[in-house]
Amino acid sequence: MTSQVPQVDCSETVAWLYEFLDGELTEERRIAIENHLNFCPPCGSVVSFESELRRVIADRCRDHVPDQLRERIQAALAELGGQASN
Amino acid sequence: MADQSRFADEAMEFMPSLYSAAMRLTHNSADAEDLVQETYLKAYRAYGGFREGTYLKAWLYKILTNTFINSYRAKRRRPEESELDEVEDLYLYRRLAQSEAADAGYSAEDRALERITDTEVKAAIEALPEAFRIPVILADVEGFSYKEIAEITDVPIGTVMSRLHRGRKGLQKALAEYGLQRGLVVAEPVER
Repeated sequence: MTSQVPQVDCSETVAWLYEFLDGELTEERRIAIENHLNFCPPCGSVVSFESELRRVIADRCRDHVPDQLRERIQAALAELGGQASN
Repeated sequence: MADQSRFADEAMEFMPSLYSAAMRLTHNSADAEDLVQETYLKAYRAYGGFREGTYLKAWLYKILTNTFINSYRAKRRRPEESELDEVEDLYLYRRLAQSEAADAGYSAEDRALERITDTEVKAAIEALPEAFRIPVILADVEGFSYKEIAEITDVPIGTVMSRLHRGRKGLQKALAEYGLQRGLVVAEPVER
């Protein structure tokens, strides 16, 4: 007895692209898209690009934290903590 | 009930990422520092009500975004746009310049991506209207789920998904404009 493998086409893959990369699809849809990607190099290339773009975006959004910010915050918290324990 | 004396130990590790989010929201380091400090103080005072075992990072981000919306957004001199133009799917992918031959093991697409700079990504995110910028930061920089973003921003999941779609496309369009200036991207979509 064979199970029915869900099918999606290229336009559905693109439509569901973000949810797929976000890991927010139902299991069935995710499998359907993975199956499609196994047999469709152009869609594979798109998914690979969008995934890498996302990694680059996260990587580029780092900032140098001002040296004194951590100390200022810890001093402010310590002051609050001191008041709380009085 | 969470123990306030442990708050600093638990919460300080998120300070660099909270600071980055604050920079994307306020556009300047003085306001970002104030926003982060205010967030920590509010969080400390409220920590007794934090349910241990739930996600501290999401809870801190909720305080950050609420503080931003209540305190800093109101201070802005000019009203912000809340509209974002419709952008086609795969906007950036379809406009990558084909001019470079791929080196072994490294496609032309990957090389174009590697050349995107910090300045460009930050400016592109900061150019998004806030309603779209906030979910993009939460999803693409911080990795929160749709459900977590819905809780942090207090909007329905469907709205989160829709704003994420549009925000991400707006981001791609902004990045494409930078890429155009540098010859990495072409103005019209190419057949791939």
